[in-house]
Amino acid sequence: MAEPHNTMQDDQPLLIAEHLGKNYGRLTACRDVSFALYPGEVLAIVGESGSGKSTLLQLLSAQLAPSAGHVSYRMRDGVLRDLAALGEAERRFLFRTDWGYVHQDPAQGLRMAVSAGANVGERLMAVGWNHYGRIRDSASSWLERVEIDTARIDDAPRTYSGGMRQRLQIARNLVTEPRLVFMDEPTGGLDVSVQARLLDLMRNLVSELGLAAIVVTHDLAVARLLSHRVMVMKGGRVIETGLTDQVLDDPREPYTQLLVSSILPA
Amino acid sequence: MTAMIDITNAEKTFTMHLQGGVELPVVRGVSFHVEPGECVVLSGPSGAGKSSILKMIFGNYRCDGGRIGIRHQGKVIDLATAEPRQVLSVRRSTIGYVSQFLRAVPRVATIDVVAEPLIANGTARAEARERAGALLRRLNIPERLWALPPSTFSGGEQQRVNIARGFISDLPILLLDEPTASLDAANRAVVVELIEEKKRQGVAMVAIVHDDEIRHLIADRIVDVTSFAAAA
Repeated sequence: MAEPHNTMQDDQPLLIAEHLGKNYGRLTACRDVSFALYPGEVLAIVGESGSGKSTLLQLLSAQLAPSAGHVSYRMRDGVLRDLAALGEAERRFLFRTDWGYVHQDPAQGLRMAVSAGANVGERLMAVGWNHYGRIRDSASSWLERVEIDTARIDDAPRTYSGGMRQRLQIARNLVTEPRLVFMDEPTGGLDVSVQARLLDLMRNLVSELGLAAIVVTHDLAVARLLSHRVMVMKGGRVIETGLTDQVLDDPREPYTQLLVSSILPA
Repeated sequence: MTAMIDITNAEKTFTMHLQGGVELPVVRGVSFHVEPGECVVLSGPSGAGKSSILKMIFGNYRCDGGRIGIRHQGKVIDLATAEPRQVLSVRRSTIGYVSQFLRAVPRVATIDVVAEPLIANGTARAEARERAGALLRRLNIPERLWALPPSTFSGGEQQRVNIARGFISDLPILLLDEPTASLDAANRAVVVELIEEKKRQGVAMVAIVHDDEIRHLIADRIVDVTSFAAAA
């Protein structure tokens, strides 16, 4: 049987974490985390507040320097590079082009006072686009893809609802066709009805674009819908990892069993 | 080996940490094989571990011992020890699973729920939707419902959507967990027909069916799960 355009078959990992750790003085926020993420793969990091999952996301996305271990990333030329050894230009390239970062609070990932079109277009300009008409066309097609009425393209996101802001933040991140997107509680601040729509949208975009993603969430339903694989964190350590439905339907560790059994039935 | 599925001494125990670490043995010594074009029906009383065995073959439950050999893209892969990526690849192009209950994203239209496995394997959206429509029509889901999410449907309708989603792909292995449980006679007959067609296409199937009549119609072989009961 044919296996067309499935990037998950790629045999080379996109990102590799090796024995990552982070201490704040005597406090250990995260210790000895190792895994490999492959192109097109969505990994969820789940756990309660304080489990170290946000620290881990910051380490993986080079926003924090690790106290121990390494993160390597396969650049577009196929060469695996240690993030700590990247030059400033390469690091900027990653942040502006090859990576996306979706914050829980859209106000952190958007410029709230400039228009939606400019929010999306800005990332394109940063990678050298300079034709106004083409930038605007691309911005408006991205607004459509995230189900924002293009009549609102000139409005600033501060006039948008929470769900629209989050969708705009996603458009802004995806417009440069990144290969890896980090998401920190992407549905965290939203109403349940808005969450479902956003999850469906993210799920489709991730699979259509063949994106790899690392999603931090405390919500196991989000992990189930979006991710292929899950890592459960507790006290700064990864205590269980595996295929998402396997970990959620057949949890092995006491803490994972507690998390799974604590979901309120709808 | 020509078998599509070849299981040897597979076993599964649940450890319930929230109940003081109680060990709940489910099955052990599970051994059977399934050839292409063959439908093997698992029999045994409720609680004997039939669904657990299906879930182990799908990689949904972890296997604590033994071997679950699956013929995947011309090679044999052991699902008991496979990496998550390999399991996903097996699910995408080798094993389909029709569970008893539909689990779908809240607001996705029925036709897209059914078409999704084809689209995920690279079929064009229009063609995938056309095939989804044909299957829904066969399963007597009226066209006016196709644009609605299946969560609004009756139990029997949801199950038929689930069956359509499971049968739409051309996967060489299908696992069927009570595919006819809440269906009326007419729709049960459609499912029996669909299973016949899959057999003619050489699909290997493992099914759980409580209805004796359906079991006689579809089973080429019956594997009694009672002998695998780990508690015995």
